[in-house]
Amino acid sequence: MIGSAQDPEQAPVSREEVEQVALLCRLEIDDGEARELAAQMSAVLSHAAALLSLDTSGVDPTAHPLPLVNVLRTDEVRESLAQGDVLSQAPDVEAGRFRVPPVRRRQPEEP
Amino acid sequence: MSAYGSERQRRREGGARDYEGFECVVGLEVHCELLTATKLFCGCKNAFGDEPNTNTCPVCLGLPGSLPVLNGHAVELAMRIGLALNCTVQPSIFHRKNYFYPDMPKDYQISQYDIPINTDGYLDLPSGARVGIVRAHIEEDTGKTTHSGGGGRIHDAMYSLVDYNRAGVPLVEIVSEPDIRSGEQAREYVSELRAVLVAVGASDGRMEEGSLRVDANVSVRRPGEPFGTRCEIKNLNSLRSLGRAVDYETRRQVDLLVSGGAVAQETRHWDEQAGHTVVMRSKEEAEDYRYFPEPDLVPLAPDAAWQERISRAMAPLPAGRRRALLDSVGAEGPAMVERVATVVAQDLDGYVMAAVDAGAPGALALSRAANELAAACAEDASLLDALEPGHFASLVAMEARGDLTATQAKAVLAEMLTSGEPPEAIASRKGFEALDPGSLRRAVEEVVAANSAEWERYKEGEAKMAQFFVGQVMKATRQKADGKAVMALLADLLRGSAGAP
Amino acid sequence: MAKTIEAIVAGVRSGEIDPVALVDQHLKLIEENEPSTNAFITVLADHARQKAGEIASRVAAGDPVGRLAGVPVAVKDNLCLRGAPTTCASRILEHWHPPYDATVLSRLLAEDAIIVGKTNMDEFAMGSSTEHSARGPTHNPRDMTRVPGGSSGGSAAAVAARFAQAALGSDTGGSIRQPAAFCGVVGLKPTYGLVSRYGLVAFASSLDQVGPLAGSVADAALLLEIIAGHDHMDSTSLDAPAPRLAGQAADSAEGLSIGIVRELSDGADPEVKRRLDEAAESLERAGARVESCSIPEVSYALPAYYLLAPAEASSNLARYDGVRYGLRVNAADTPTMNARTRSVGFGAEVKRRIMLGTYALRAGYYDAYYGQAQRVRTLLIRAFDAAYERYDALLSPTAPTTAFRLKERVEDPIAMYLSDVCTIPSNLAGHPAISVPFGTGEAGMPVGVQVMAPALAEAVMVRVATILEQAAP
Ligand SMILES: [Zn+2]
Repeated sequence: MIGSAQDPEQAPVSREEVEQVALLCRLEIDDGEARELAAQMSAVLSHAAALLSLDTSGVDPTAHPLPLVNVLRTDEVRESLAQGDVLSQAPDVEAGRFRVPPVRRRQPEEP
Repeated sequence: MSAYGSERQRRREGGARDYEGFECVVGLEVHCELLTATKLFCGCKNAFGDEPNTNTCPVCLGLPGSLPVLNGHAVELAMRIGLALNCTVQPSIFHRKNYFYPDMPKDYQISQYDIPINTDGYLDLPSGARVGIVRAHIEEDTGKTTHSGGGGRIHDAMYSLVDYNRAGVPLVEIVSEPDIRSGEQAREYVSELRAVLVAVGASDGRMEEGSLRVDANVSVRRPGEPFGTRCEIKNLNSLRSLGRAVDYETRRQVDLLVSGGAVAQETRHWDEQAGHTVVMRSKEEAEDYRYFPEPDLVPLAPDAAWQERISRAMAPLPAGRRRALLDSVGAEGPAMVERVATVVAQDLDGYVMAAVDAGAPGALALSRAANELAAACAEDASLLDALEPGHFASLVAMEARGDLTATQAKAVLAEMLTSGEPPEAIASRKGFEALDPGSLRRAVEEVVAANSAEWERYKEGEAKMAQFFVGQVMKATRQKADGKAVMALLADLLRGSAGAP
Repeated sequence: MAKTIEAIVAGVRSGEIDPVALVDQHLKLIEENEPSTNAFITVLADHARQKAGEIASRVAAGDPVGRLAGVPVAVKDNLCLRGAPTTCASRILEHWHPPYDATVLSRLLAEDAIIVGKTNMDEFAMGSSTEHSARGPTHNPRDMTRVPGGSSGGSAAAVAARFAQAALGSDTGGSIRQPAAFCGVVGLKPTYGLVSRYGLVAFASSLDQVGPLAGSVADAALLLEIIAGHDHMDSTSLDAPAPRLAGQAADSAEGLSIGIVRELSDGADPEVKRRLDEAAESLERAGARVESCSIPEVSYALPAYYLLAPAEASSNLARYDGVRYGLRVNAADTPTMNARTRSVGFGAEVKRRIMLGTYALRAGYYDAYYGQAQRVRTLLIRAFDAAYERYDALLSPTAPTTAFRLKERVEDPIAMYLSDVCTIPSNLAGHPAISVPFGTGEAGMPVGVQVMAPALAEAVMVRVATILEQAAP
């Protein structure tokens, strides 16, 4: 049901897309990894080709195998964690808060 | 800069202002923190101002393995908002909005996307304009990031600190149609929306604490033309900021277009101190949120019975209260509409209704409520606690009968607010009893006689002398005289002396 | 044959079995064989001895003890246990100690089970061989040169090596059943929603289920009874009582109708197929009507899974960003810190799936990939529904092959993914399935036969599995 590795020339995933996607999901990848990922992702997607071309018009998507609706909680306060327990696992803490480097991307310095 | 903020010639037409032949087009996104005891998906307290990271648990910290469970009361409040905004309340689902930011514990926000709980409603403003509501959906709030070093500004910060107490607090985001046409109308919309949210018990309405947060989408066009490119303005923490930011942004865009430039689609930050907007990010930097249905939650399907129950339990809304008040006082015209709006906004309509029910004239009751009570309320809302509607009704009736002059009525009312006593007791203690017409006429004649020089000037047409005589008569009658009656007698005497040979 | 849980608990309650001695016996086996097996990430020797001591003194005092009193159990390292590290076999969670217990572990502990350790796995449960672990691969106790399967390979190996009486694993695409088959033990994936996911570190939320691995169908059934049932902390938990499974008679398959799914059997190794045929014959002998059937839609399950599961995973794993817990690799700004942390903290397979999932969810691609896979999921469920109008249960191999050799497939993701081809359809449908050991195949390695049933039909499934277990060569 699943064919052999496909022609890289027809790879549906380009290097550029791989780099774009890596940016979205916050992964640093080098050239070698990008090339390898492009090939591997292309291979998986080409195996899904038959699926992608299947006619599913009029078919509702299944987000979930369960028929449940309206699962609700009453608005009652439950005990929170102690601040110490919350912060004890953190890589960096200051004044009861989680400390992180500047949230904006630093532009690389001009040479 | 300041030229942008200055008031220009304005055309009052459905709130639209003319900016050199352009009109501004505004759509607002209002985030309302819901007044629940707990967060949207966990039992942590929904509270403002607590020690950082004390109202947090595995769920709202996004710890591995934790799962969200939806707060039923938050859903109910969202439905109240939908019903109050004339929306269709429909079955809905939750999505994940994926993007990285340190104040978002899971690095996705659980929100409603293409199938929100409330769609397609409207809000009627006191001025008569109708603003369409695209949707009002449920989502979770983020934590709070404080930027340290570099003067606390995000761009220059050395590092940032994150508090997750607010993470997971329930929000309803209310998205308007681009039906708003001026900064002033934007303020009117948010002010009315806030009144509605408070009335249905969904919000405490505190903009300064971030309970209500507004983003504005602003574009400009020549009337009748298609919409222009819009900019989204963030950081609007007060009605004042909102009005100023919309006006500023409109001017900025009009000036760009007039000078041959073009508006770029971008997100801009309102700097309240500097009084201008600065660019935050351009369209090219826009995130790809990779929405997909939240697999950890199941659909919401509010049935008709549930909606019916909520709708029955809902308090009357400001617009309905204004209509009812207007009907009951039987008043018309813009001044009355404004008084009615003030009275309802301050929650004083109950007093006016009580006076009208007791047979007092509505216009007078409205006037006392819109002026004296509203002023007292603005000073200290707790002053109203002592005032019984029945006492207010008696006071208005006494004034209407002429038992008290306007001045006396105001004095009695002021004391009623502090002591809670009935007006009759206060009036008699103060020795306020009405002058009979004969004594008043005598008092006026004596004052005129004793001030002949002033009377001559009054006769010569010096109108301001009327105030002098009213003051003198008040003094002579120890404030018992009615100012209007004195004016009428003065006019009478004037006619009599002019007609004399 | 080894003792059942029922026999152990009866022994502990009567005082015939000393829980401390029993635990020591298991810990000794672990000490001797674990270095070469590598079934555990953390062995909780002290905790286990202490807990056993408590149970012993309660028994001595005549106090009641639970339905798992003194039973040594191993749990997969993606289940949160307060006070012990929960790493998911990832560098990114190397030192993370959850401040809370997974619901399934609370339920085990409430019945006085003794948790002897947290088992090795493919990182974040992504894999089919337990080779994608930051702590090195687990070896198959039946042949140390082979993989135990995955991703619950550590749990399967721990049961096969008698490090524990039973274990918990998680199953997103076959991660309980396939390693159970490879190691020659029983593995059960319950109906989606029957067992709480609270405290199970998520891989693909709409597919993940916790389930038992054990030496016998009866032990697996008892464990399921204990961990199943509604949990208010999990919105997707079914509001249904736990099924009564233990101790039901299974001497006859009279009246049962069973279909062998051709699409899941045709591609299997000849020896695996032969065992499946024998299994079918044994059911016929027990009185069932058995026939071959075709469900063409199951062929779409594997590609649909490889769009859905990575998409959900890409979102579930976003939170490992170096801000609140776990690894941080510092950088000049937060976005770079996030990326550097994740690149160092995640292994190659996890990165591959995050990338694939992110790719499939992008604006403009969502409908073609994720949306289409969800619609195909609907088609698959409909096809199963139709099949279950004719059959009480369906039969297939658990995996197309027996356990392969270490490193054989680790560099070839597609070949690795193929070993889940028979198990994935049940995950997509949310249906229960169980793998029962049924003889051996190539090189004497165990073969697993899979019994699938409609939602909440665990009782029928267990009945069929018990017959197979009794008939197994
Ligand atoms: Zn919480």
